[in-house]
Amino acid sequence: MPLFLIVLFPLLGFAVNGLIGKRLPKPIPGAIACLAVLASFVVALLRFFDLASRPENARAINETVYNWMSAGSFKVDVSFLFDQLSAIMILIVTGVGFLIHLYSVGYMADDHNDPQGTLYARYFTFLNLFIAFMSVLVLADNYLLMFVGWEGVGLCSYFLIGYWFQLDEAAEASKKAFIVNRIGDFGFLLGMMLMFLAVGSLKYADVFAAASTKLGVPASNIAGLAGFGGVTLVTVITLLLTVGATGKSAQIPLYVWLPDAMAGPTPVSALIHAATMVTAGIYMVARSAVLFELSPATKLLICGIGALTALAAGLTALAHNDIKKVLAYSTVSQLGFMFMAVGAGAYVAAIFHVFTHAFFKACLFLGAGSVIHALHGEQDMRKMGGLATKMKATHITFLLAGLALAAFPLTSGFFSKDEIIAQVFNAGSQNSLYTIFGGVGLLTAVITALYTGRQYAQVFLGESRFAHATDGHSAPALSEVEGAHETHEGQVTHEVHEAPATADAHGAHSTGEVHESPTIMTLPLWILAVGAIFAGYLGVPHIPGVPAQLHGFATWLDPLFPRAAGAAESSVNWVLLGLGVLIGAGGWIVGRTMGINADRALLPDSAANLSLDKIYNQTVVAGGFALTSALRWVDDNVIDGIVRGVGTVIMLISGILRLTQTSYVRNYALGMALGAAVIIGYFMVR
Amino acid sequence: MFMNSFDNNLLSILIFLPMLGALLVGVLPRAVSRTSALVIALVNLALSVLLLLHWPANAAIVGTTSPSAAPAFEQYSPWLQAAGYGVTYHLGVDGISVFLILLTTFLTPIVIVSSWTEIQQRTKEFMVCLLLLEGTLVGVFSAIDVILFYIFWELVLVPMYLMIGVWGGPRRIYAGIKFFLYTMIGSVLMWIAMLYVLFQQSPNNASFDYGAFKGAANFTDAHNPAAALWLFAAFALAFAIKVPLFPLHTWQPDAYEEAPTGGTVMLAAVLSKMGVYGFIRFAIPFFPSAARVAAPLIIGLAITGIIYGAFVAVRQTDIKRLLAYSSISHLGFIMLGVFASLLVADNNLSTIAMSGATIQMLNHGISTGALFLLVGMLYERRQTNEISQYGGLMQVMPRYTVLFWIALFASIGLPGLNGFVGEYLILQGSMAANFWYTALAATGVIWGAVYMLRMFRSVMFGELTRDENRNVTDVNARETALLVAALAFAVIIGVMPQPFLNIINPNAQSITTMARAGGDAGLGARSARLNDMAGH
Repeated sequence: MPLFLIVLFPLLGFAVNGLIGKRLPKPIPGAIACLAVLASFVVALLRFFDLASRPENARAINETVYNWMSAGSFKVDVSFLFDQLSAIMILIVTGVGFLIHLYSVGYMADDHNDPQGTLYARYFTFLNLFIAFMSVLVLADNYLLMFVGWEGVGLCSYFLIGYWFQLDEAAEASKKAFIVNRIGDFGFLLGMMLMFLAVGSLKYADVFAAASTKLGVPASNIAGLAGFGGVTLVTVITLLLTVGATGKSAQIPLYVWLPDAMAGPTPVSALIHAATMVTAGIYMVARSAVLFELSPATKLLICGIGALTALAAGLTALAHNDIKKVLAYSTVSQLGFMFMAVGAGAYVAAIFHVFTHAFFKACLFLGAGSVIHALHGEQDMRKMGGLATKMKATHITFLLAGLALAAFPLTSGFFSKDEIIAQVFNAGSQNSLYTIFGGVGLLTAVITALYTGRQYAQVFLGESRFAHATDGHSAPALSEVEGAHETHEGQVTHEVHEAPATADAHGAHSTGEVHESPTIMTLPLWILAVGAIFAGYLGVPHIPGVPAQLHGFATWLDPLFPRAAGAAESSVNWVLLGLGVLIGAGGWIVGRTMGINADRALLPDSAANLSLDKIYNQTVVAGGFALTSALRWVDDNVIDGIVRGVGTVIMLISGILRLTQTSYVRNYALGMALGAAVIIGYFMVR
Repeated sequence: MFMNSFDNNLLSILIFLPMLGALLVGVLPRAVSRTSALVIALVNLALSVLLLLHWPANAAIVGTTSPSAAPAFEQYSPWLQAAGYGVTYHLGVDGISVFLILLTTFLTPIVIVSSWTEIQQRTKEFMVCLLLLEGTLVGVFSAIDVILFYIFWELVLVPMYLMIGVWGGPRRIYAGIKFFLYTMIGSVLMWIAMLYVLFQQSPNNASFDYGAFKGAANFTDAHNPAAALWLFAAFALAFAIKVPLFPLHTWQPDAYEEAPTGGTVMLAAVLSKMGVYGFIRFAIPFFPSAARVAAPLIIGLAITGIIYGAFVAVRQTDIKRLLAYSSISHLGFIMLGVFASLLVADNNLSTIAMSGATIQMLNHGISTGALFLLVGMLYERRQTNEISQYGGLMQVMPRYTVLFWIALFASIGLPGLNGFVGEYLILQGSMAANFWYTALAATGVIWGAVYMLRMFRSVMFGELTRDENRNVTDVNARETALLVAALAFAVIIGVMPQPFLNIINPNAQSITTMARAGGDAGLGARSARLNDMAGH
């Protein structure tokens, strides 16, 4: 089965839903989209088994589809690479992608922002397009094709954040996401172009083969970079690629778009803004490990960015009360961990965390979606509580995934996070800054466990606080859907109650009517929750006596990555492991205790507002406004002013000259005589 | 045999069929003027496709010095010969010009259909103007005698001026005159430069024909650098105004804003390419050394245009003016590609930027053409281009939204759509010339997203705040068909640019070779071939 099928199936789903989806009744577009992704997943799985059956040195399969563009010495193919790394990534993308598609069928069935369901088909159209682009991103065998996927997923992110386009919040957030990502893409583009200039190809295999000879040279070889002196070209390139990665993977300084992106539907947040797209930056760095290994400076910077982002976002998560915002900042923070890992050269650990994070964070987002769905759009955790008994499936799955996020001992997050922190500390032997970053990692792990335990407790434990909240909620669309729900006792319905009294009549006792989501939503939750616990058992530390299968993840990926200098076969660090147990379990318990019936966040609001966003708005955005306004004035009044001025002068001169056009022959004769006199006079004087 | 002689006259047919068609529309009754114009334009489109179907695999660059190769569809005959000075009727196309001709013949019927309901007054005259415009534009892109080119170049102004002045908006007279005078001033200096080069030739055998003319120009370029610089400047001024290159651009927002939709489409999609084409076809091959000397200045202006155009676009309140400034920005990219390629010694690398610039001329024509069509459709519904008059249109125009998205993302260079192909090749090529040039220019990918998405957000997203917009209808079948036709190429070129690049690449490479070599070798052999043709 050719690899391009993985891209083709969701593209077909995109085409069918895009062209006729609007005319199909409600679950059909969703079903088409699910089937398309399922087909891709099956292909990916078959190809994975095929790959696994091959000997270790034959696990890189190239499949060229066609020549995309050539000009002069430039040549790029639409061509795919299936190796250990892309196999894992594509399984995450299509596997988790399929589960989230499935969940969406239930979640989007009644949409309080779109009661008529006119947008339903569009949702699945873009969700499928996303899977197609994400597959291109991870399967590409060259940087330019990766960039196609890279910008393509950004496009789908734009579409889906802005899905409820009529809401100003969504409209602004989608625009912001695209523009901020473009800043990152700008870096990616330049890095890629330099790479081609030095190597003459953008194919991974060619670039990596020539890396040490053609990229390890001084950057001053490139026209315009003469001033760069001893800096190597590969450092410039990797720094530029890092700009791209900070955009896509929401790291400082470009993370600002991700929290706003929560304006999109919750399954979108789960799929794009947690499990898959935002990990693309980490994938790109891991894919380019050969290059990054040649530039210790870039690696150190990446690790520092990761540590800073992880800590800052973790602290912010402590201060938020919005259930999705907490998860969003948590995602930024976890991506920071992955950044730290690749920065420390621990590529396997980074991808392992991508893998486990895909399960538990997707599960948490979907669980949050289930809660929001049940509470008719309520996102404020202060108005939740006591949901454990009313939503059993959501409760248990959220608990399991939450434990994994908190790195509670023996969950998947425990193994993957612990491995990252251990490796960052290991890298301390190269540069002592890594030891500091490792310490930041430990601190952030504590914070993670705290906010996760608190979130779980605040939402599911304690007393129900939802009843008091409904009074404030009088948006008619919401109330209508509410009414529909209660009447049908939890069955998904498209019917909208139009009786004006509905809102009042049901609003008062809606607490008692909170109920579990339908099976189509809880099934994906269960599968993801199981993954959240057990995915970790592919990457258990190298404790003596543990069977080799339990660190199969590392065995599978290791051959792909250059081993960082001095990094020995990772042996278990008992001190860190012990600390990890303490942090995961302790943090969780403390957070959980503090969260029960809490009416405020663990940090004051002011902490949540301390963001780069504000700084950017006051500097870059405000400055941009002033500059562009000034330029417009210049264009209208100076540049065009000169043009109009020239026009006016010509009109004036011609006006004066026209005075001489008197049509009296005697005047012309006088003119001629004067002219002749001047000429004759000139020659005489000469 | 018939096909062969037909092919030999194909370019003449493509020029004169619409011109004679304009005459025909002029004498036919008003009731059928739209239909008859459309039929003529469609026939011309069908004929122009023959250019691709019969494209010779070894089509040489116009002005080739090889005795065995020739530009495609070449047609040659002595025309005006007096006192040793000769003007020839010499036509031909190569990979640089063929897609510009196709762009012209493709957009003309689209514009006719798009103005089907928009142009209610003097429809017949509008159609006559449009067909005349088509004929003269094909003439510009296929003439390889310098005078013949100049004649078409100036003739283009007339129908375009009339379209702005008669069917335009409230400030149409001002915009029309500004357009006419501004471009005329540039052309006059070019005309003087042309005469200068003519008089450099031997008095008994002086010719405006491309080969001989280029020989004389190259001689000046090689032996009299100061004169060559002035001559290049004269040509460059005429072309730069047409592009327009910053800071010669202020006629353009006025013209784009005031022209009727069809006029704006032709202006933005095709006429702006005349300037770039002039640089590639004439100014650079004629005065390659002077062009290289001027390249840093022109690159500087191009990059300024990219950034400046985008920044000024952000603050526009009128959609058409916003798109006009966006055009300045995008044309800056194309100019960057053309001139950066002159600074790269390695021919394999310089071709990248030149090919990119060439295909980007086509790409910009398609996406900008589509964008102006889209804005025109809004204008027809609400009689305004003010961004603030809209908002939330996505609710009432779902199909329009999707088409708008495609055009918009093609325009801001999303990979998978056509704009990216050209933009990437241009930047990759210019990276070989200088990192910083390229880095500055590449910021354009950010600014493009800023002004376009801001505009889209204000016009399409949000709540429907104005009652007047509540009853705005979505695009009808006619409008959808037009946009789909144009945007299909945005997708095709984005996904599979190679068939296009295969035609462009060899000739783009020849241009960069010419730009480096200059020289006049092989003229004799070439003349022999043309004498042969004249004899037939």
